[in-house]
Amino acid sequence: MTISVQQLSRSFGEIAAVKGINFEVGRGETFGFLGPNGAGKSTTIKMLCTLLRPSGGRAFVNGFDIEQESAAVRQTIGIVFQDPTLDEYLTAEQNLLYHCMIYHTPRKTRSARVREVLQLVGLDERRKDQVKTFSGGMKRRLEVARGLLHQPQTLFLDEPTVGLDPQTRRSVWEYVLRLRETTGLTIFMTTHYMDEAEYCDRIGIIDDGHIVALDTPAALKRMMGQDIVSITISDTEGAVAEVSRWLGRAVQHEGNVLQIEGENGQTLAAALIRHLTLADIEVRDVTVQAPSLEDVFVHLTGHAIREESSERLSLRMRHRLRH
Amino acid sequence: MLKASSTTTPATEILPEPRPTKLPLIDLEGIAMFWLRDMNRLWRQRPRLYSSIARALIWLFALGFGLRRSFVPIAGLTYEQFVFPGIIAMTIIFSGLMSAISIVYDREFGFLKEVMVAPTPRTTLVIGKCLGGATSSTVYAAVILVFAPLAGVTLTPLGVIGALGTMFLTALALSSLGIAIAVRISDIENFGTIQNFITLPLYLFSGAVFPTRGVPGWLGAILLLNPLTYGVNAIRGTLLGYNIATIPLDLAVLCVFTLVMLVLAILLTRREV
Repeated sequence: MTISVQQLSRSFGEIAAVKGINFEVGRGETFGFLGPNGAGKSTTIKMLCTLLRPSGGRAFVNGFDIEQESAAVRQTIGIVFQDPTLDEYLTAEQNLLYHCMIYHTPRKTRSARVREVLQLVGLDERRKDQVKTFSGGMKRRLEVARGLLHQPQTLFLDEPTVGLDPQTRRSVWEYVLRLRETTGLTIFMTTHYMDEAEYCDRIGIIDDGHIVALDTPAALKRMMGQDIVSITISDTEGAVAEVSRWLGRAVQHEGNVLQIEGENGQTLAAALIRHLTLADIEVRDVTVQAPSLEDVFVHLTGHAIREESSERLSLRMRHRLRH
Repeated sequence: MLKASSTTTPATEILPEPRPTKLPLIDLEGIAMFWLRDMNRLWRQRPRLYSSIARALIWLFALGFGLRRSFVPIAGLTYEQFVFPGIIAMTIIFSGLMSAISIVYDREFGFLKEVMVAPTPRTTLVIGKCLGGATSSTVYAAVILVFAPLAGVTLTPLGVIGALGTMFLTALALSSLGIAIAVRISDIENFGTIQNFITLPLYLFSGAVFPTRGVPGWLGAILLLNPLTYGVNAIRGTLLGYNIATIPLDLAVLCVFTLVMLVLAILLTRREV
């Protein structure tokens, strides 16, 4: 196991931010923490990166105890924080070389290693430029490159694309996914974007300091039941009879809209259109609804991920004040 | 190959490579990183040097030529000669506290976080910043030395070497003081306020602009508590041969003060950012 977490908890004064969580991440796995702001994602990542001491429980990262062997944990992990941590006045190359110094990477291979990671994120041509001339996405990529410089076994990404526009988010992800392909690195990430969570091999849904579900994205969505195909037709009675006969079961309809559940919505929709057309029933409109992670999240926590209850918000404000 | 191992998780735990599990007390390379970064900043911020020179000359002319006639010469020194080491000390205060403010900027703009998660102890930040700040301050102050003839101060090779050494020790004391304040401040504006509140009193109550002998008792007490008093005296001693007897004491006080401030700053540095 690359990461092993046992009953880990953390409180800030009276407020419990993480309430005894357990999970394991295997080698080469991309594991995501999905949850709203203030759910305990960042607190967990800070504990795993040895920036914050746990109030209770234990955790091992790359085989090292986060409390007893923090130096070894730090040496073997790479981190990309939510907020930028580059020195904007230095060039990209200087930022990376300074990183090598505090991580004590072998001196002989430093410049080669710097070029290597810059090429990996497509910034080699800009290596002599001051970071302040970079766009938001380039800075993010440079931070990813820096996180990889000392050849960590595990890369932590804390909300890696927060604050970036959709196009830039995609480009950052392209590089991260390519990285996963080429290096076999273990990636631990937090996000509150549903589409990003889909990139993960497994997802832990965290809410109010608890892990409420932990599985592959597909399995989590399966929990929500099957896909639903809605077909709008002209001849409702004829269609109901035709589809019921074909499927061998009763079909529900609301007005002139048929709703049919199935394992694979898109294939089902195609077959239905074919059948109805052959039976001379006009199909006016088709929609396929697949359960999303958002549905899973709402189902498990009872609220949408984007909304922030006033209680949670005030908890976050209090955190801010403490730091 | 790596990809294959990711799909089939090995049943047996992979033993971690042996690595140091505790951080060392002092990390020389990390300190060197901070020092280099400050040298880079010093080079990049060359225009600051001009404003530092301008400030020194303004003080020299305003005080030197304004007060020369009302000044009773001590040990045969004119007021310009007397105040010149004081103006060097002023340069050190300004740039010493300025370099400490960069810690507040580093916190605000995130670079501090990158250091706080690195496998380097907290001493790295404090010692590295102190050495970097002190080196920068000494460079600024050394440039002012060039204007010694304007104040009627004759430079001798030995005097310059001694002055550079005492200037560096004074700069260490001021930088460490600034850092001890800066590590606990998260807001740039707050630091500005504190800096204004500290810079002028430190400068004015240090013997930089007036002789310390024969001052009223309360002022004497303040002078004794001000680390800069010892710095000014030592710089003046090396440059002008004035009050030489107390130089060893001055240097000892500066060293002890620096050490105390460094330890304080290290203890105040938070693990979390």
